[in-house]
Amino acid sequence: MGAATTDSLRASARLQWRVIHALLMREVITRFGRHNIGVLWLVAEPMLFTLVVAAFWTAAGFHHGSSLPIVAFAITGYSSVLMWRNTVGHCVDAVHQNIGLLYHRNVRVLDVFSARILLEVVGATASFAVLALFFSAIEAIPPAVDWLAVAAGWAMLAWFGTGLAILVGAATVYSDVVARLWSPLSYILFPLSGAAFMVDWLPPAAREFVLLLPMVHGVELLREGYFGNTVRTHYDMGYMATANLVLLFAGLLLSRHAERRVEVR
Amino acid sequence: MIRVEHVSKTYRTRLGPHRVLDDVGFELQRGRNLGILGRNGAGKSTLIRLLAGAEQPTSGRIHRGMSVSWPLAFGGAFQGHLTGLDNLKFVCRVYGVDYEPLIPFVEEFTELGDYFREPVSHYSQGMMTRLAFALSMAIEFDCFLIDEAMVVGDKRFHDRCHVELFQKRRDRAFILVTHDANVIKLYCERACVLHQGRLHPFDSVDAAYDFYHRSTAQPAVTDAAEAAR
Repeated sequence: MGAATTDSLRASARLQWRVIHALLMREVITRFGRHNIGVLWLVAEPMLFTLVVAAFWTAAGFHHGSSLPIVAFAITGYSSVLMWRNTVGHCVDAVHQNIGLLYHRNVRVLDVFSARILLEVVGATASFAVLALFFSAIEAIPPAVDWLAVAAGWAMLAWFGTGLAILVGAATVYSDVVARLWSPLSYILFPLSGAAFMVDWLPPAAREFVLLLPMVHGVELLREGYFGNTVRTHYDMGYMATANLVLLFAGLLLSRHAERRVEVR
Repeated sequence: MIRVEHVSKTYRTRLGPHRVLDDVGFELQRGRNLGILGRNGAGKSTLIRLLAGAEQPTSGRIHRGMSVSWPLAFGGAFQGHLTGLDNLKFVCRVYGVDYEPLIPFVEEFTELGDYFREPVSHYSQGMMTRLAFALSMAIEFDCFLIDEAMVVGDKRFHDRCHVELFQKRRDRAFILVTHDANVIKLYCERACVLHQGRLHPFDSVDAAYDFYHRSTAQPAVTDAAEAAR
């Protein structure tokens, strides 16, 4: 690679970061305002959701006869849902909501998605980390067995959420139907996503079916990292990585194409 | 230099594709200016959006060899929760400029007083327009895009815009679109007429003026198509 190419790449990267930073700052004020805890809602909101779900599952005795600590199970499960549901949720219609910003030539459709995805990933990650650390510090749940595996599963889920969010977000530029379909679809996907069960609890035929969903693999790895040998896990990181790559690539292509279609006014 | 080559723009409508711009081309050198005359629905604002890069042409190419502004005084990107200052910070971040040295100018020009630090949702239309124009002036560009219909306000506001744009920045290039031939006569050294999707260049503003008046006397074919959109 020539020096000129490296330089122009660096300049593009700088520009991209500048724009995403501008969008991030704007988004934070727009969404959370300056009142009460402001930007901390980014973390507090998913935390509250996760806590409510954990409380529900505990109250309902949602155990499947397993010996797993239910609160830890809920935190690992529900946090992972946030990674794909919130990222996608905030990219749906993101272009329409920010259409005026596209008058600034440097602001591209992909930047709008990137800023929102980044916020969601940071929020969900902080929420998960705070809850897991807090509850294990007060010894309400056992600490994670292998933080590295937890981080790897988490990163894979973040990658999955990113690709899916860009793809769905770009698709909403083409048709309002996509936005309408996303919320029922996310309802169906939630119980299938592996958040509320271990693949091993299912009959073999059902395992094969749910393992078609890429996020299930990520949750399994995450749980293996958290609970160690006490759980039997089923996952294929090669499969998940391939699916993530395809989603991301399709998303990037579609958002590039969507840009030619956007009508600003 | 800005070079517009064979640019066409087609929008999808329920009645099928509607071509707004058809094989438009022109060049603009640094420091020069161009007026584009066209009546309502002729595609002036579409052309401005394409020049700004807010939308992409359906076919053809726009080469920008100098920095080009966003459409002047465009305030559509204001978000109600953000203050005037937030909006200044936003455009400065997008264009990589330090915002602090610009605060005095924007405060002075907008005459917003304390409202500069209040959410835009509390602004009147006039305050919004002044903020939008001030932000356009806060970032320096080689070429300004001016959609005359967007710069609305009282006489005093117009005079102050005039000073900022045509006196303090007289060395810059600009492209001005309007339906008012007198505005072009006043500010532009060269003029084109946008009529039925095509751009007709003229050597003199007077020739453009004549053509414009003859073409606006014809029955409005494009307007009917526009109304159907």
